[in-house]
Amino acid sequence: MRPAGRGEHDSLYFSYPHFEPPPRDAGATRQRHEVVIAGAGPVGLVAALTLAAHGQPCLVLERKASFNDGSRAICIARQSMHILERIGAVAPFLEKALPWTTGRSFHRGRQILEFEMPHGADEKFMPMYNLQQQYIELYLWQAAAAAPLVELRWQSELAGIEEAAEGLSLTVRDPGGSYGLDAGWLLAADGARSAVRAMRGLRLQGENHEGRYVIADLRMAHDYPTIRRAFFDPACNPGSTVLVHRQPDDIWRLDYQLEPGERAEDATREAVVREKAGAILREIGHAGDWELEWWSVYSANTLALDDYRDGRILFVGDAAHIVPIFGVRGLNNGIADAQDIGWKLARVLAGQAGAGLLDSYTPERRGATLDVFANATKSTRFMTPPSHGWRLMRDAALSLALAHDFARPFANPRQMAPYTYADSPLTAPDDPAFGGGPLPGSVAPNLRLGEGADGGGFLSDRLGPGFTGLLFGGAGPAGAPADALAALLGEIDPVFRLLRVGGEGADLEDEDGRIAARYAAAPGAFYLVRPDLHLAGRWAEADPERIAAWLADMLDLEEAS
Amino acid sequence: MPLPFADMEEVYEALAVGIDKVGTADAPLFLAKLALMLAHELGDREAALAAIEACQADLVRDAAG
Repeated sequence: MRPAGRGEHDSLYFSYPHFEPPPRDAGATRQRHEVVIAGAGPVGLVAALTLAAHGQPCLVLERKASFNDGSRAICIARQSMHILERIGAVAPFLEKALPWTTGRSFHRGRQILEFEMPHGADEKFMPMYNLQQQYIELYLWQAAAAAPLVELRWQSELAGIEEAAEGLSLTVRDPGGSYGLDAGWLLAADGARSAVRAMRGLRLQGENHEGRYVIADLRMAHDYPTIRRAFFDPACNPGSTVLVHRQPDDIWRLDYQLEPGERAEDATREAVVREKAGAILREIGHAGDWELEWWSVYSANTLALDDYRDGRILFVGDAAHIVPIFGVRGLNNGIADAQDIGWKLARVLAGQAGAGLLDSYTPERRGATLDVFANATKSTRFMTPPSHGWRLMRDAALSLALAHDFARPFANPRQMAPYTYADSPLTAPDDPAFGGGPLPGSVAPNLRLGEGADGGGFLSDRLGPGFTGLLFGGAGPAGAPADALAALLGEIDPVFRLLRVGGEGADLEDEDGRIAARYAAAPGAFYLVRPDLHLAGRWAEADPERIAAWLADMLDLEEAS
Repeated sequence: MPLPFADMEEVYEALAVGIDKVGTADAPLFLAKLALMLAHELGDREAALAAIEACQADLVRDAAG
């Protein structure tokens, strides 16, 4: 919502483009698209760009004529930046977004603790970046517009879905009327109120929590670094919690809980939002001018589809799940969904995997959502305790946290961490011969590489677009395992990349042994990294034939067409 | 041997549920009994007295009025 007299897209700082629907001949022949994506939000566009990065075309249908009306999701986590980098879209994000590592918590006006999110010299990206959602959509749209494999149609609503012999028969409605097209697969990235979900008669399952929250953006010259501030039980909102985030363009995000019994219709009246914002600004010591930009209301639900796949329809992002805002997982989880289904579907379409590969989408990504729910439920109880018992314990933890390190993790906002696909059908059982290092299913740990012959950079820069193998030093005098791995895995994945780490003829020098140490890898050890940077498996003694057989099975290659 | 955080979380949650179960009026009595029983189990007079001292600090509710 915006102040009286301003339209949906009358922003103080962002010029919304207006996109026309595509021109279309009345007598145009019916087209077939192997992949249609409903929704050009961040999730739909990341899916489109992931498909394009893997060489597959798609058609994106967007009901609206412009980007999201407000800033909404503003926190981009490190792993999402890696995903954006792999689809060639990260540059403008690095240019514009505000990185941060620090959070501060206040209780009744007193700063009680400061926490740092995990970060170090081996990370290419910061733990978190703040950027308004419409910029996220703008930058992804720019990348999509530059990608020949992505076709985007604005003002084009997916109005009907019928199952057909070789896929789906879709009806699209735009200002010029309705037309039909055929699709092999449909990705439903059409948000929390997914029309696809409704058309398929599917319902999200889970809990609607009681707490409701207002998010409001203000523009003001406010001198405070990019640090997430959480105010527990502040004078301006007694018994509740207020969050304050900085965004680019002098925009500040306030996030506060509605008072008990307060109706959303009342809390979102402009005068009420202004009054509350003024009280919060007095609390944080801002005495200067401010302008109200935009606001919205949300509730902390934990809802998900039982199955993200419905035949040839795959649900992605908010269309598949709704998560509470604490922990900034709505956008980041959705982006990870999009990348996951993107590389898998691209591989199936390219004949490099069987359709069975898609069966891993729900267990991996719904598993991630359930993990988010568990963490978010804890965060929500801490941020907005639902009863006397939870409030007393929360206050005890805050009080202890002042002087005792052991209590500090309670106040940690449990920000987004990549999920480990430990139980995924795509994850190889761990090799017990490893005495440490990253577990199969987790995201491959990044490392800053030494300067010198390799030219520095990060391990993540060296990983290929498909599967990448890390073969650790001394792979035999004849290099036999390396050659056999490159040949056998290259047959399965045409863009397979083998990186020999350390030792003779290494692709990655590891003179000080840092990479081997981080991966707990003795000479001859092999890690297989998926296109999404998760570890598929690891073997202490690389046996090329066994590993190739495992990968072929994992990709359901026998069924590939 | 201090409890790992995952176990502390379980204790935290059991306490929150326990306080709600006995009700606001009986919560202080419940928590005082709990403190005595934990001190008994701890078997360390010095540690118990030090914890009693430490927990009187930073009572934010009082400090902030």
